[in-house]
Amino acid sequence: MSKAAHHPGFIRKYIFSTDHKVIGIQFLISSLVFMVLGGLLAMLMRWQLGWPGSPLTFMEKIAPEGMSGGIMVPEYYNMLFTMHGSIMIFFGIIPLLVGAFGNYLIPLKIGAPDMAFPKLNMLSFWMFLPSAVIVLLGFWAEGGAAATGWTAYPPLSALTQTAGIGQTFWVAGVILLGFSSIFGSVNYVATILNMRAQGMTFHRLPISIWALFTTAVLTLLATPVLASAMVLLLLDRTLGTSFFLPAGLVVSGEALSHAGGQPILWQHLFWFYSHPAVYIMILPAMGFVSDILPTFARKPIFGYHAIAYASVGIGAVGFMVWAHHMFQSGMNPALGTTFMISTMAVAVPTGVKVFSWMGTLWRGAIRITTPMLHALGFVAMFVIGGLTGIFLGSTPVDMYMHDTYFVVGHLHYVLFGGSLFGAFAGITFWYPKMFGRQLNDRLGQLHFWLTFLFFNAVMFPMFVLGLGGMPRRIYDYTQYSGLVHFAGLNRMMSIAAFCLMGSQLIFVLNFFWSMFRGKKAGENPWESTTLEWGTPSPPPHGNFTSPQTVYCGPYEYSVPGMKRDWRMQTEKK
Amino acid sequence: MNKHLRWGWIVLSAAFFASYWSLDTLSALAAGKSPEAAVRGTVAQAAGTATVSGKVTLAGSAPAPQKIQMAADPVCLQQHKEPVFAQGLVVNGGAIQHALVYVKEGLQGSFPAPVQPVVLNQTGCMYEPHVFGIQAGQPLEIRNSDATLHNINCQAKSNKKFNIAQPTKGMKSTKMFDQPEMAIPFKCNVHPWMASYGSVFSHPFFAVTDAQGAYSLKGLPAGTYTIEVWQEKLGTQNQSVTVADGETKDLSFTLKGN
Amino acid sequence: MLLPESASSIAPKVDLLFWVIFWITAFFFFIVQAGLIFFVLKYRAKKGRAASYIHGNTLLEIVWTVIPALILLGLTISSQRLWVEIRSPHRAPATSLNVEILAEQFAWNVRYAGPDGVFDTQDDVSALNQLHLPVGIPVTLRIRSKDVIHSFFVPEFRIKQDAVPGLPTQVWVEATRRGEYEIRCAELCGLGHYRMKGFVTTQSMGDFQNWLVEAKANE
Repeated sequence: MSKAAHHPGFIRKYIFSTDHKVIGIQFLISSLVFMVLGGLLAMLMRWQLGWPGSPLTFMEKIAPEGMSGGIMVPEYYNMLFTMHGSIMIFFGIIPLLVGAFGNYLIPLKIGAPDMAFPKLNMLSFWMFLPSAVIVLLGFWAEGGAAATGWTAYPPLSALTQTAGIGQTFWVAGVILLGFSSIFGSVNYVATILNMRAQGMTFHRLPISIWALFTTAVLTLLATPVLASAMVLLLLDRTLGTSFFLPAGLVVSGEALSHAGGQPILWQHLFWFYSHPAVYIMILPAMGFVSDILPTFARKPIFGYHAIAYASVGIGAVGFMVWAHHMFQSGMNPALGTTFMISTMAVAVPTGVKVFSWMGTLWRGAIRITTPMLHALGFVAMFVIGGLTGIFLGSTPVDMYMHDTYFVVGHLHYVLFGGSLFGAFAGITFWYPKMFGRQLNDRLGQLHFWLTFLFFNAVMFPMFVLGLGGMPRRIYDYTQYSGLVHFAGLNRMMSIAAFCLMGSQLIFVLNFFWSMFRGKKAGENPWESTTLEWGTPSPPPHGNFTSPQTVYCGPYEYSVPGMKRDWRMQTEKK
Repeated sequence: MNKHLRWGWIVLSAAFFASYWSLDTLSALAAGKSPEAAVRGTVAQAAGTATVSGKVTLAGSAPAPQKIQMAADPVCLQQHKEPVFAQGLVVNGGAIQHALVYVKEGLQGSFPAPVQPVVLNQTGCMYEPHVFGIQAGQPLEIRNSDATLHNINCQAKSNKKFNIAQPTKGMKSTKMFDQPEMAIPFKCNVHPWMASYGSVFSHPFFAVTDAQGAYSLKGLPAGTYTIEVWQEKLGTQNQSVTVADGETKDLSFTLKGN
Repeated sequence: MLLPESASSIAPKVDLLFWVIFWITAFFFFIVQAGLIFFVLKYRAKKGRAASYIHGNTLLEIVWTVIPALILLGLTISSQRLWVEIRSPHRAPATSLNVEILAEQFAWNVRYAGPDGVFDTQDDVSALNQLHLPVGIPVTLRIRSKDVIHSFFVPEFRIKQDAVPGLPTQVWVEATRRGEYEIRCAELCGLGHYRMKGFVTTQSMGDFQNWLVEAKANE
């Protein structure tokens, strides 16, 4: 397959590498760095929400226009939540779950020496990094970075009168990122279909591979639509077209000459990608949890086929729910009905998975380790996110809740409570394989509990705020007499947010310290069954010293009659 | 795939996106126009001693003034016991207030911009002053004296546009204009009736008529000038005048109503 | 309580649906969280006890697929009933009172058709950020926008409708009590979005007519 360059220099080995493991780690480190940046932006937002209008003096030097005298101005706040969302989604969670873990795990778990197209893989990473740089360049543009929400609805985002150059950077960067995702996904699909080891039938694949496969198909089908929408938006902004701009616009007293466009068209195109995108963000995490729970419950996964097909089902139905983000958009209410039906329907396979995970724990022999804690945290928190989604799926209730903090709470429970805890589970589980060293488990558990506590303290009250009618994307909610009584709650949430951010230091310290001083890890420190645990930590270039043959399913734990309580997939009966 | 093809792809993609980026940047730069030095002669002009003054009046009857809906914002409403009227055409007994009178032609040399700022105050949910003149390179200090959000939406054409929010009372922003420009609109979008018109000159010889319709241009060097008056609704009118050192000439305008 | 007071005819129905969903989801929330905690504690690894080698239970899996599906079907049907009542133009109560709300950055332009019932005539009454409604009469709000997308949201009415330039929309509301409420903009529309506040006053028909006359004089 890959003609190994036997003595590659530093640059070929660690910078411009085609080895899927190196690329996976490159995605891992990059996305973690971007998530820290996204988190810092959130801290600034929480400052404003906790103490509206209070000066934060050191920011005056960093943002002289946006925080002159240390006091935030509304347009700066709009930029903060826009970039927080954009960075976390596009440069944080997706590259972390799909880019890092997809790359690292797929060849190892299916018994392949590398991806089908290693060079395309490298290109995928090296398009991702510049795309982030382009979007972030907006911070130095006149008027600052994009500030129209990560959803960038036109006409606000399409008119240069209402959105400056930073918006153009944002659009260009996202287009480039879209190509990076598409290239990566082509690789995943080709690799999983064609390069499975002997005996690795589809029904012996670990659930994480089912999940990553579904995710890759979603990416291939949905991302081109986003890229197209972005190109149309770019044309509206730069070449005077009117894809999203109707006739009769009057902005600040000036009548504009656009005609023929529809703002709602953007919403359809955007959400056609962005709803599958949230499944792109959750399915891999669900997959990791499905690998991790059996390992630490020492028990096969409950309902392997149900979980595998539910993953595919969620992906498929996930393509039919996009306009539940648009119930109040002015689209035909009959469309609201059809999308409500599909939205309620997608809750069924999701529920099946949750019950299956619980079934995996039942009558297990549970070992509490850091990855297990994160996996359990995932189930507990994702359920809250999923259940609150039901409120939003009911069109009349959504009429009240749409664009309030109820949605902000819901999305953070699925994306942080779900995806991020799932990512932490994956990182702490596969860290020994990646770096050949163990993370400090005590520090890991401390990090989990602090994160869990402060996360809930910040996010759960958001449901209360939303029910009270607090709209989202609001720089100063105290302008509304009906919301002033939420001051104490907002302050508490902000303090919890600062503590949440601070707690991540423990993770960062553990991550880097253990890389050099952690206890050396053997091949299979967790006594797990899948193929990656049958090769050294870290695996050599080419992954396996000899071709692998698979004899059984991926979760054969506590098999009666066996002395050890696990059977490797490659173990002959 | 050989390395030339690989690098070719990367460079091509980068060039594709760079071209879109630069297209937008260039067009924005062109629209905004990079700052050029204000028109300056090579010789700074010494202070003159002539004065041109007069009144601006309206021929015909003044239209009924339009009431402003201050109730749109309680913070605005509570600052006014009496109804407030729009300032598009303010006439007191025939005299036009808020008309801008200025030297249009005839000056020579350069006039350094004062360091002292012109203050544009948002107070009682109105812009004060409603009409003002400012020199190119002179700072404009925009103050919010109300306990409510005002934004300053400056729709300049030859100068750089801006739109900034000042959410709290006491906030100040300072802006500067490099190009002479007539009647730049300043609006607040939160309170749509708020409007002010600022004109940028390369010299200091401009004045706004007071409640009696009177204006005065002091310190003019001796010479022949075209003096013009601008009123928001009635347009412009100009006259020629010649002054010697120390002389005071009276120059009045009568604008026709629509 | 958790929700603001209800001041429109559909608000109690929306609230009822909300509470039904609340108790159903609360039930599942409790069984999942309690189940997790219970299983983790009860089935901790103990010397001498191995985990059970179980791959699944088809009957159980069918049950926990079908029951949630049925519950969700029920929620869908009851949601749809209310949705039709709120949104279907054919089911909206007939009314002669039409109000146009033209959103712009960053204010709500309110316009009544006046005594002749026709817009764009001399007797139209305009107001800025002030929406007055008579109690007990269904009113049709025609929502439009001048520049970018805004969203007309009155929490106590439980209604929300995006104001989309180029796409006039409408929503009907019947106020059920006298009071003063706020209009909040619920779609990001620029730097003044957070402050795009309007005022709703619901009053008796007599007071409403008096206000219309007063507003006309104040124009």
